Amino acid sequence: MIEANTPLLRLVRTYWPLVMLSVGLLVIVAIVDATGDVILAQTLIEGLVRVVIVAALYLFIGNSGIISFGHIGFVMIGAYATAWQTCCPYTREMFMPGLPVYLLNNSHHFVLAIFLGGLLAAVVALISGYAIMRLSGIAASIGTFALMMVFYSIYLRWSTWTSGASSVIGLPTTTTPWVGYAYAVVAIVGAFLYSRSKWGLALRSSRDDEVAAKAAGVNVFGQRLLAFVVSAFFCGMAGGLFGHFLGMLTVDSFGLGMTFITLSMLVLGGMQSLTGAVVGVVVLSFLIDILRRLENGLGGVSLPTSSAEVFVGIVIILILMFRQSGITGNQEVYWPFKADVSASAAMKRQS
Amino acid sequence: MDFAIQTIISALSFGSFYALGALGIGLLFSVLRLINFAHGDFITLGGYALIVPSSAVVAIALIGGFHPVLVIVVIVSFVVILALLTYFLIFQYVQNSSPATMMIVSFALGYTLQNIIVMIYGGRPKAVNLFPELTGQVQLSDGVSVQILQLVIIAVTWILLIALVLFFRRTRAGIQMRAAAEDFRMARMLGVRGKRLIALAFILSGALAGIMSLLFVTQKGVLTFGMGVPIMLFFFIATVIGGMGSLVGAVVGGYAVGIASVVLSAVLPEDIRPFRDACVFLIVIIVLLWRPQGLVLKKASQERV
Repeated sequence: MIEANTPLLRLVRTYWPLVMLSVGLLVIVAIVDATGDVILAQTLIEGLVRVVIVAALYLFIGNSGIISFGHIGFVMIGAYATAWQTCCPYTREMFMPGLPVYLLNNSHHFVLAIFLGGLLAAVVALISGYAIMRLSGIAASIGTFALMMVFYSIYLRWSTWTSGASSVIGLPTTTTPWVGYAYAVVAIVGAFLYSRSKWGLALRSSRDDEVAAKAAGVNVFGQRLLAFVVSAFFCGMAGGLFGHFLGMLTVDSFGLGMTFITLSMLVLGGMQSLTGAVVGVVVLSFLIDILRRLENGLGGVSLPTSSAEVFVGIVIILILMFRQSGITGNQEVYWPFKADVSASAAMKRQS
Repeated sequence: MDFAIQTIISALSFGSFYALGALGIGLLFSVLRLINFAHGDFITLGGYALIVPSSAVVAIALIGGFHPVLVIVVIVSFVVILALLTYFLIFQYVQNSSPATMMIVSFALGYTLQNIIVMIYGGRPKAVNLFPELTGQVQLSDGVSVQILQLVIIAVTWILLIALVLFFRRTRAGIQMRAAAEDFRMARMLGVRGKRLIALAFILSGALAGIMSLLFVTQKGVLTFGMGVPIMLFFFIATVIGGMGSLVGAVVGGYAVGIASVVLSAVLPEDIRPFRDACVFLIVIIVLLWRPQGLVLKKASQERV
């Protein structure tokens, strides 16, 4: 029996964090689905979209060590690119009169639309990253920040394509909890496989010691660019999901606020672990939901407005002051059984 | 010609304001490697301290109704104490972390401060009438009239700059601070007290923020909880362009950004003008790529292995 099971067990052990994270999210989705609570379902979908964003942030920040303030720009690019393909067939010309004729007259299925949105974000990341990924350390962070502001101010003024400061209304709300779950799992798998790949390893080596990595033959610029593009792709898809969750888009919602919340989730969970990314989203979404309910006066307690925001801010400050490795301590979930399966199997074979 | 003089004065006053802000950020960055994103919110809080804390629609002046000298003293000391508190309660615990981590901390601090304002004062804008005599126009010559406040901003900036130069050249603490800006570790080894010096940097930065909040509120006449964010972005750009950590660079960067934004508004063709902000941020990226250490180079700014 053991002989037959060994490769399978080894496989399970290797992908254990993936199994745990997808099952964990599955349980949460199933429970919320069973309660039938509408508000909770909204929180859940938003949380799942954020899992996609934060997993993508982990893919870049966790592996490269460069804190990016720019990824929400890619979320925005993906969101609008998806809206160009799926939004409001009858009023599209009213909201976005500048679109090319093909886009004005044709709609894509939302899966294809989200994929193409991610692709556009990836292409933009390739072009902009080609410049910015040459920077290191704090200059790179500032560069991504400036990049975000460039995208933000362009989309805010580019009213013939994005409806500018007003909003685009009437996207089909196709992001159900299960659709969100599917994309969350795709993003987690993508981030996990990337981190385990030789490219992920090379990038992590540059995170820990850039000079040594260069000396060992790692093309630091190339590896960073690859991670930047891949994570922008997932961010773009998350943007599409976000639009199809709210049913409307405003440029304003993709600003510093969203940047701060998603970065906070990653920091809270632990910047250098995928488990941390997911745990951070779950914990912070849950806490914000509770505080929002308390703000609206649940069970006789009524907190002043924006208590949730103040709370999030203080938690992040405290985490960075006293436990920079986050809730998970930058670790993935461990294989819970002590014995090394392959080793014990080998011993059995010998005896 | 008259139009040119008016534009020049307006550009100088914008530039002075941005230079003061960039200096406030540059002071902290030079000794602590901290990009203080909460600097704009210090300015906002200084403004809110003028009125009675309540979420009522009409703002009632509290400190704002005092004698002008008292207003200046109280608001500046309020912001200085606030800045010092953030150092002793928060930043001293993260000062050995990477600059990017400290950036997130200050981001979080700014976000928290803004939402505390919403909690106490409510989210609606509040009208405040501070120093109304400064918002009038003054006739310089035939056809040239400028706002008195613009001249005040330029004058205040230059007085503060001269005072700071004297401080950095003539006093012991100033020289120590310059040494620390060159090489903090070496300065400490030579007997400079690091903690006291950083606290002093927070005091100076807070004092600048306090003065700026008075100037800013006088100019705007309105308080909103997010009003520190957009100006903070421009200070930040100015600091980056001028070279992180170089104080002369911060002033140069501030004037460059102020003058550029006035000139770009006047010069850019009609269809590109809405994209002015995008252009400014693009310039930041280009400057970063061209000279990651900024326009004004420091001797010790080369990263060593």
